[in-house]
Amino acid sequence: MTAPTQELRPSRADGHEPAVRLDAVSKVYGRDLLALDRVSLSVDKGEFVCLLGASGCGKSTMLNLVAGLDRPTAGEIDTKGGRIAMMFQEPALFPWLTVSANIELALRVKSSTRSTTKKERRERATELLEIVHLGGFGAKRPHELSGGMRQRVALARALAQDADVLLMDEPFGALDAMTRDLLHDELERIWRERELSVLFVTHNVREAVRLGDRVVLLSSRPGTVIEEFPITLPRPRRTDSGEVAELASTITARLREEVLRHAKPAKRPVGAGAEHG
Amino acid sequence: MTTDISQQIAGLDALELTSREQRGLPSRIWARVWPMLSAIILVLVIWELVVLSGWRPEYVLPGPITVLGDLWNRLGDGDFYNAVAVTMRRAITGFAVAVLVGLVVGAAVSRVRPLRAAFGSLITGLQTMPSIAWFPLAILLFKLSESAILFVVVLGAAPSIANGLIAGVDYTPPILLRAGHILGLRRLALYRHVILPASLPSFLSGLKQGWAFAWRSLMAGELLVIIANQTSIGEQLDNARELSDAPGLLATMIVILVIGIVVDMCFGAADNALRRRWGLDQRVG
Repeated sequence: MTAPTQELRPSRADGHEPAVRLDAVSKVYGRDLLALDRVSLSVDKGEFVCLLGASGCGKSTMLNLVAGLDRPTAGEIDTKGGRIAMMFQEPALFPWLTVSANIELALRVKSSTRSTTKKERRERATELLEIVHLGGFGAKRPHELSGGMRQRVALARALAQDADVLLMDEPFGALDAMTRDLLHDELERIWRERELSVLFVTHNVREAVRLGDRVVLLSSRPGTVIEEFPITLPRPRRTDSGEVAELASTITARLREEVLRHAKPAKRPVGAGAEHG
Repeated sequence: MTTDISQQIAGLDALELTSREQRGLPSRIWARVWPMLSAIILVLVIWELVVLSGWRPEYVLPGPITVLGDLWNRLGDGDFYNAVAVTMRRAITGFAVAVLVGLVVGAAVSRVRPLRAAFGSLITGLQTMPSIAWFPLAILLFKLSESAILFVVVLGAAPSIANGLIAGVDYTPPILLRAGHILGLRRLALYRHVILPASLPSFLSGLKQGWAFAWRSLMAGELLVIIANQTSIGEQLDNARELSDAPGLLATMIVILVIGIVVDMCFGAADNALRRRWGLDQRVG
């Protein structure tokens, strides 16, 4: 396998060049459901930003807006003309295509202006599958793989788009803890190697601390940015390490305050779990 | 470190992939055949019992042995094969035209909003219309000709086929549409790479239903529209009634039933193959 690449990333102090910038973005659904209220946020090139919030904070709405799947009601989103890839909580692979063909389709759309041969695309797909440790599985159908493997195929497909920005909407939410830990390591490695800018939505505080350069905490109904936590712990971090746990509990406390703000005065018992949205 | 991760991943993957054991071909065939065989035997026994009860005289309702003997004789007769060939030619032509019409109409209606509003419910309405009600008009338009039969066969089958496609397009999983959009697929490309493949299972069941309607319409047509010098299964059925040839009549009915079942099984097999490939096959055992 490839040589370990554990050296620290170069400091980004030499230039905060944003890859994605949201400027006072609001989103209203229907007549008066305000999902996002004047959210401003930027993700620098090569930065890993985690969006964290309880239910109803408009995390997914935000990603959909950045991805161009939906339009903001007000405000501006600038993706600097960069290519955008996205991963969902479900793998969203096409069941009628083999694993390899799913990736080849992404390659084909990407290169529609510059023609590539089928053979080239197949070889490239195989390389991408090797990156996510699925080298021998190209000929399988998605349903023949486990959930974690499918999510890795989805990651390979996103990488096939050769994107500058990777949006991830709770991509590991449905996986068991062990698989998730491994995928964190994988994602971190790929992010470093490819210098991606990542906007990662999660409701899992430890996951956010484990992965992010910065954790952005959103309030609920409407979603606004309430606080940002820069995470300076050295990488690679471990989800079960003391520092991660400590930082996570600080953020959880802040998140809980936000959730309690929504609790009706008398009836509800105090301290309802915030982490699980 | 990296190798350690990849080994861990390989280990987890190996644990998660269950090996599915495949039974041998003979035992799979037997598992499908024996229920059918027992059903056929049961029906024959009931039939024989009704005949033995003397409910109707034997020259009106002959027993299975007489009928099967008659069927056996027919199988050795050239005329029978000519009749089957004529009927199957009509069925295939009519069905093929219906597929074409259904595809074009279904594709147009599923994509163009005003067309949907205008024709969506009309198509469903046509589907519920008994095909035999079309024959008077068909005979007026085309006289007693094969065109009259094909006209009704197409009208009978095309709405189901169109509806199958429309339903498939409607129920394309939104997550796949979003995934396609993210990959950069738009309009026609999205239609070709995501929506059409995703609607295949529904389209296939539309085809299956369309075939059932086509076959029914065809039999009704062959009974009503008798064309001189062209023997067909329907015509043989009509002849048998006029000659009071009860064994011949029942034998012909068995032929109609068997052809219908065989074609339906072909569609069923295609459907199963698709489900297995896509992992939609949730049957237990």
